[in-house]
Amino acid sequence: MRFEVATSVADAVRLLAAEPGTARVLAGGTDVLVQLRSGMVEPALVVDIKRIAGMRDIVAEAGGFRIGAAVSGAELGEHAGVRAMWPGVVEAMELIGSTQVQGRATLAGNLCNASPAADSVPAMVAAEAVARVAGPDGERDVPVAAIPSGPGRTTLARGEFITSIFLPARPARSSDAYLRFIPRTEMDIAVCSAGVSLTLGADGTCTAARVALGAVAPTVVLVPEAGAALVGTTLGTEALDALAAACAAAAKPIDDKRGTVAFRKKVAGVLARRATIIAAERARAEA
Amino acid sequence: MALDKQTAAKREFKVVGTRPLRPDGVDKVTGKALYGADLTAPGMLVARILRSPHAHARIRAIDTSAAEAAPGVKAVVTAADFGAPADEAVRDVLVNCMAHDKALYDGHAVAAVAAISEAAAKAALKLIKVDYEVLPHVTDVDAAMKPGAPVIQPGRQAETVGTEVSENVTHYCEFGHGDLEAGFAKADHVIERSFKTEATHQGYIEPHACLASFASDGKADLWCCTQGQYMVRNLCSQIMGMEASQLRVTPSEIGGGFGGKTTVFIEPVALMLAKKSGRPVKIVMSRSEVLRATGPTCSSSMGVKIGMTKDGRITAGHAKLRYQGGAFPCGTVEFGAMAAFAAYDLDAVRTEGWNAMTNRPKQAAYRAPGAPMSIYGVESVVDELCQHFGLDPLDVRLKNAAKAGTKASYGVTFTDIGLSACLAKAKAHPHYTAPLKPGQGRGVSCGFWFNFGGDTCVTLNVNSDGTVSVTEGNPDIGGSRASIGMMAAEELGVTFDKVRTQVVDTASLGYNEVTDGSRVTFAVGLATIKAAQAAKKVMCQRAAKIWGIDEEAVVWEDGAARPSGPNAGQFPPMTLAEIAAVSSQTGGPIAGHHEVNADGAGVSFGVHLVDVEVDPETGATKVLRYTVFQDAGKAVHPSYVEGQMQGGAAQGIGWALNEEYIYGDDGKLQNPGFLDYRVPVASDLPMIDTVILEIPNPGHPYGVRGVGETSIVPPLAAIANAVSRAAGVRLTSLPMSPPRILAALDAAHPAAAAE
Amino acid sequence: MSRIHVNTTVNGDAVDFLCEPDETLLDALRNRLGLTGSKEGCGTGDCGACSVTLDGRLVCSCLVLAAEAEGRAVGTIEGMAEGEALHPLQQKFIEHAALQCGVCTPGILVAAKALLEKNPDPTETEVRYWLAGNLCRCTGYDKIIRAVMDTAADLRRA
Repeated sequence: MRFEVATSVADAVRLLAAEPGTARVLAGGTDVLVQLRSGMVEPALVVDIKRIAGMRDIVAEAGGFRIGAAVSGAELGEHAGVRAMWPGVVEAMELIGSTQVQGRATLAGNLCNASPAADSVPAMVAAEAVARVAGPDGERDVPVAAIPSGPGRTTLARGEFITSIFLPARPARSSDAYLRFIPRTEMDIAVCSAGVSLTLGADGTCTAARVALGAVAPTVVLVPEAGAALVGTTLGTEALDALAAACAAAAKPIDDKRGTVAFRKKVAGVLARRATIIAAERARAEA
Repeated sequence: MALDKQTAAKREFKVVGTRPLRPDGVDKVTGKALYGADLTAPGMLVARILRSPHAHARIRAIDTSAAEAAPGVKAVVTAADFGAPADEAVRDVLVNCMAHDKALYDGHAVAAVAAISEAAAKAALKLIKVDYEVLPHVTDVDAAMKPGAPVIQPGRQAETVGTEVSENVTHYCEFGHGDLEAGFAKADHVIERSFKTEATHQGYIEPHACLASFASDGKADLWCCTQGQYMVRNLCSQIMGMEASQLRVTPSEIGGGFGGKTTVFIEPVALMLAKKSGRPVKIVMSRSEVLRATGPTCSSSMGVKIGMTKDGRITAGHAKLRYQGGAFPCGTVEFGAMAAFAAYDLDAVRTEGWNAMTNRPKQAAYRAPGAPMSIYGVESVVDELCQHFGLDPLDVRLKNAAKAGTKASYGVTFTDIGLSACLAKAKAHPHYTAPLKPGQGRGVSCGFWFNFGGDTCVTLNVNSDGTVSVTEGNPDIGGSRASIGMMAAEELGVTFDKVRTQVVDTASLGYNEVTDGSRVTFAVGLATIKAAQAAKKVMCQRAAKIWGIDEEAVVWEDGAARPSGPNAGQFPPMTLAEIAAVSSQTGGPIAGHHEVNADGAGVSFGVHLVDVEVDPETGATKVLRYTVFQDAGKAVHPSYVEGQMQGGAAQGIGWALNEEYIYGDDGKLQNPGFLDYRVPVASDLPMIDTVILEIPNPGHPYGVRGVGETSIVPPLAAIANAVSRAAGVRLTSLPMSPPRILAALDAAHPAAAAE
Repeated sequence: MSRIHVNTTVNGDAVDFLCEPDETLLDALRNRLGLTGSKEGCGTGDCGACSVTLDGRLVCSCLVLAAEAEGRAVGTIEGMAEGEALHPLQQKFIEHAALQCGVCTPGILVAAKALLEKNPDPTETEVRYWLAGNLCRCTGYDKIIRAVMDTAADLRRA
């Protein structure tokens, strides 16, 4: 294995594109190192992108925020602006691993690891976050939802890597929330999870909602029917029941060591309902 | 001289019962303490072990030639390098360390490489070619007992078990007394339930590690983390075919054991690699190796039947226990069968136990081995009977509690025990009457452990500057150097800071049994007190010599030799320091020692109270409040007694809620890491309150009982009973993970489930 | 595979070492620099026994490549006491009997110190969640939490 420290985005692209074998981008490394040490992957090349200018910056842009690919969960959580605008994305990121893992883990890394149970991804999908991808053909912006293509697989081409995640501006009375279910209170992988982003009208009616579920399918799934169940309502019991039913119906989970099909389908709806209530409270507090 | 004849009950202690700072504290908070993996030796090689990817497979051939030729490789070993120890139990340990003709479980060691670096060793492992013939496997105890199940090791079947069960059944045991049928006939209600518990791992944070060197003249040294250096020496010397005296084993600081370090897994392999390579060899297990290939506890399947009158008297109890302890014969079920009804004074009781081999790692002891499962079954059924009759669960237990004079189901008659006192204390505790909110429930369970004594050897040297060195042979897992030093100080009448206690290697002291069975504070403490008494006898002799009087005319009181009365003459007392200072002029160094096979350990009982809240929509259980009541006999260092009570409770909570060995259909362990083998984390638990009771053990000069193991026993049933009251469903399978609880809730309330 | 020469700072001292490209910071600390106070309990970031600070940020040294330490500042348990003077957390851990076997203790102390530097007045819940990545199998955490809370209270008074 070679270890290279990229000095610029172009340098990183050149290194990654030139490697004929397996290459890995090192940002926080909290997944890469586990895979490396267990022998799950034996990369020929690891490229550290943390020393590239801008990779550890959070910058206000077009009313939203651009978050560098090497910004850690701890750094994200300390950013008052992002926390105020996208509390659900921040809380999702902060749920990953321990305090120690938060010192290193990144949004971009969580996305590229492409686990269906990745905590930050349902929140980012609900938020319509956009990944900026650098590669041999230059830069392109890709919706976060389009990055993972299956467990451990992404749509990124050889030589490409994510340089930042963009969280867009929000209308007034908008907020988000993320909840996951784990057997313990910390340190587990989500058995299932739900991210909800919504906007309320001045009268408290929900005018827009996006609901995404984690760990119930090979990739994080956006559930348009769940969002539709909320829009036009004041988020009463009936709407929340419809939301939960839509989530349970959209969930196509498996039985595995972490949970059962029945458990995941039911709890996905429970979490979506609870996350909706939290997001709505936050949105009302905005007004 | 007149040695101390005070009874423990009357005795006033000066040091025992206080809370001095532990002697190894500074080393451990500064990172200086040396654990198994922390030592290196000049010229040291690093070894790695190749493990079976199959649950059960015949090993047709192993080709190590490419690995031997790989760069940096200095030695490769397989089973072919070892002889066959005469003793069957030792042979089992060897076969577990290195598979012979068959790989018996996923993770079973098949070969090992020592090389100049970890990278070279890892690379060489990939060059070893093992020709496996995959065989059918079985990991479930009930499946393994069925006739026609895959046979793990032919020829190991117990002769007494008959033909209705498979060849995997290696043990059958039976305990009890009285007329069961008549007992059940007297009951107003009888409940019979089946239970299952999954295997759990001790989960010590320090993986097994050792460093071996082997000289060409046959002398060998081994540094390792273990609960017993003498056990390591005896096993390894037999496996290596060498004399025990030629192998010196030095225990490192130990990063947790809980029973899991009472045998060997890598030490014989390191010794053989060191012998073949002529270089020191270090092996450090990874966490996944620890979980795949070191001993978890038994999993179990049980049937428990208990009858009760409507006023809460238990009329009969019957338990059938089926345990599996991995791919080798395992007698742990016997402890389970003996312990199951220990808390109850019963006229009619029977327990039966079977052990079956499966394709799982060889079971190792885990804190009160065998007892938590069987007592979980019994305490669950007792609780259900209390619910049936609407009786208070502590009142019912008090009514039926074993006490002095009770003939236990396993044959002994109890002397002074603290069960009723613990129950009464729990009943009177504010926790028991604190209000609960909807969705919350309170659970109760008793717990029990036998406690052991065993072979023990202590030397105590009085130094000429008035300080004391205690030499003992039991690795200090939870603060025993403090408690041993305190007992020495107490007996000698010096302050604790004058005593330093060392745990030494096998060449420096006679044989000591493993640190297990909650034996150390009891047995090593006993030997230390006796060694101190021997030293006091010598000091009285020296004072007599100085004063020119008969040694019978000298007594030891308050840390000094004194004339025994006016007839003995008028001499000012001589302190330990004063006598020690002139020891060279009065006969030479002063020492006391004691060797004993300690008996009279004194059984231990405890009672746990727990409040939980169950989330009806997710099945998640939150532990809200926890209180442990336990009889310590005499708490030598109360902080570390509390620590044992709290630590055992936390492990039991993990067992009850989330810890389990998960095997796939392929027989492979699916969760060999701390990510999915879920031990409790700090945010999972509340403070764990402790109430120490002191009912002196007549078998110890200070009344000490072992305290380390009982505390893991009650949480399983206490939490199951609390969940039952909080959620209205009774779980009969551990762990009570959220999917299991939610499934039980949905089964009990089909309408809500459909929502 | 050629080794990498790394210049870094450990506990305030400028040090350098050669490491393999895939070697972890934990292995370099233990095997190259002789700093064995950081322990490996899992190697996957699940136990926290290898906790160190990297440029002041709490991390698992088993999840950091040794080569990443180039030009950075590493803090380990060996740097916590000043000479003979224990850090207040170290002293409180001994006084509260907040350790039994002690193998998790270095990581917990490093993590607790990072907590108190960030939050001098944590609630019990905050302490428990901050330390959730530090497994202790001996104590049930009770005495650890009390020791951290008590230290924080003392430091606030000081």
